[in-house]
Amino acid sequence: MNKLFIYIFLLLNLVLLNSVSGQRFPKPEFEKGHTQPELHQSPPRMLVLEYVDVIVLIVALSIASYLIIKKRSRRGIFWLSVFSLLYFGFYREGCVCSIGAIQNVTLALFNPNYNIPITTILFFILPLIYTLFYGRTFCSGVCPLGAIQDLIVFKPIELKKWTQAVLRIIPYIYLSLSVLYAATASDFIICKYDPFVGFFRLDAKFYMFLLGGGFLISGMFIARPYCRFFCPYGLILNWLSRFSKYHMQITPTTCIQCRLCENSCPFDAIDKPEELNIQTDKIVLIRKYLLLILIIPSLIFIGGYTGRQMNNVLAKVNPTVQLAEEIFRYNIKIKNQKNKLPENIEVEGFKASGKTEKQLFTEASVIIEKFKTGGMLVGGFLGLAIGLMLANLSVYKYRKNYTPNKGECFSCGRCINFCPIKIENNIKIIIKKYEATQ
Amino acid sequence: MERREFVNKGIRLSLLLSLAGLTGSLLQNTFSDDYVWQIDANKCTQCGRCVTSCILTPSAVKVVHIHDMCGYCDLCGGYFKPETKNLTTGAENQLCPTNAITRTYIEDPFFEYNINEDLCIGCGKCVAGCDAFGNGSLQLQVRHEICVNCNQCAIATDCPADAFKRVPANKPNLFKGFSGEGADFKT
Repeated sequence: MNKLFIYIFLLLNLVLLNSVSGQRFPKPEFEKGHTQPELHQSPPRMLVLEYVDVIVLIVALSIASYLIIKKRSRRGIFWLSVFSLLYFGFYREGCVCSIGAIQNVTLALFNPNYNIPITTILFFILPLIYTLFYGRTFCSGVCPLGAIQDLIVFKPIELKKWTQAVLRIIPYIYLSLSVLYAATASDFIICKYDPFVGFFRLDAKFYMFLLGGGFLISGMFIARPYCRFFCPYGLILNWLSRFSKYHMQITPTTCIQCRLCENSCPFDAIDKPEELNIQTDKIVLIRKYLLLILIIPSLIFIGGYTGRQMNNVLAKVNPTVQLAEEIFRYNIKIKNQKNKLPENIEVEGFKASGKTEKQLFTEASVIIEKFKTGGMLVGGFLGLAIGLMLANLSVYKYRKNYTPNKGECFSCGRCINFCPIKIENNIKIIIKKYEATQ
Repeated sequence: MERREFVNKGIRLSLLLSLAGLTGSLLQNTFSDDYVWQIDANKCTQCGRCVTSCILTPSAVKVVHIHDMCGYCDLCGGYFKPETKNLTTGAENQLCPTNAITRTYIEDPFFEYNINEDLCIGCGKCVAGCDAFGNGSLQLQVRHEICVNCNQCAIATDCPADAFKRVPANKPNLFKGFSGEGADFKT
């Protein structure tokens, strides 16, 4: 009996001592005066450097806009792309880029717990503002992803018009899904499947290298495949650029219809002159518009409905839903086979977190419910996008000259070199004099 | 053309205004510092995924030894395999698969353990050992001079313990029972 008390006393002592010092083995006091090494700190990148990046971005955007609109220099844009590839790509190793910043902005808008850094806001908003004034000069030579693809354009082939039209739907899907997953704090899919960041870091998963390599090799023939058919930020820039104040022009003065630039654009972004072709048959016109009025809302409705029905599939990207499914499957396995199951890291991790299964399942079902609204919005948006694309087919086009398509044009300036009209300073004066006499 | 210009101007202005509005609403929830990724050592279960999930090889996650918490034991749970008989530095006795921990004799009966971060792959085997038998002075942390600070950390999505967090860059560590600045302990 006495012994028992002693044991209990010792045990209590141990517990108490433990809680006082927080250590099983107290730190020794060295007699020979050993000095312990300092804690090895690893400070993050200095904040100043983040702001330096923003300044470099502003300077690069300004130079790109100046080069393409005022100076009309393809060579300048080429060297700027080389610089951007080296600085934003290989030196800064990708993050945070303007494309990925879409997700940070969405997360900040939908999730008040996430405080977005100012530098990220600037990386997102600055290229948009420049695009609104000068066209897609960000794409021309500032974006490292654009630069790496632009520099390897080797023998561009022209894609069929309908192939391009179908592929142009992908950015809408990519943008809406990335916004959906960022808004629900599920995943940043743009960053996860960024094909080129692995090259910038010279380190990535094997399948990402495979994907990036695929993009680069196909990019030698299909110019800038990521920019044209995937980039979600490019889609936003595309829409803003259509309303830009200034934009790159192929000819500095008036087009002489020499057709030299006709096939100069590797991205098929030059609109050819088109005859004015007004449909005079009123019945055909009315039928056309009636069809559009019917088609667009029904596409939105079909898209929204399908999106809503697909909420279970869409929600599978969310980590909480994934974990809930994993636990659910594991529980079924336990029920079915009585012998010991192999260790499951997810399940172990969940058990260590101290949450109950019921809590997890309710959380997951709330998220799946949220994806109903999300899926509906995504589907509706896609329906609207496809509808507007269809409507665009029946818009009258009338063009006298070869002009860059303000939405698709990356302002790379290749076509400028094909135009025989060059403005040298003295010629400028001559033209002015000529115009004065007219 | 006049009309088209006018419409374009109107749309451009309204787009600019909405961009300004977006920036304004973002600025209300902003943060002048930057974020970095860090492991919350309180949540970490040493599952070993840090080794493979990081986009870098070897991983940016390393073991950090907090000497302030270390007991300088001869029989170190983080250094030796549990079944070890002779406490020697022989490879067969070491828990670390890459020989990243060095053991130096200080004075009887104390030994000091240091991490060679160039060799450490972040598997956390020593962390589990130290947690089980010692003071828990070995902890996994993201090393920011190696980490490229991906916008979405690949380990964070794979971590079964949900231990990865964005933390402000001026407080870049998340130790367990240790603030990281001085020799103060929290229990």
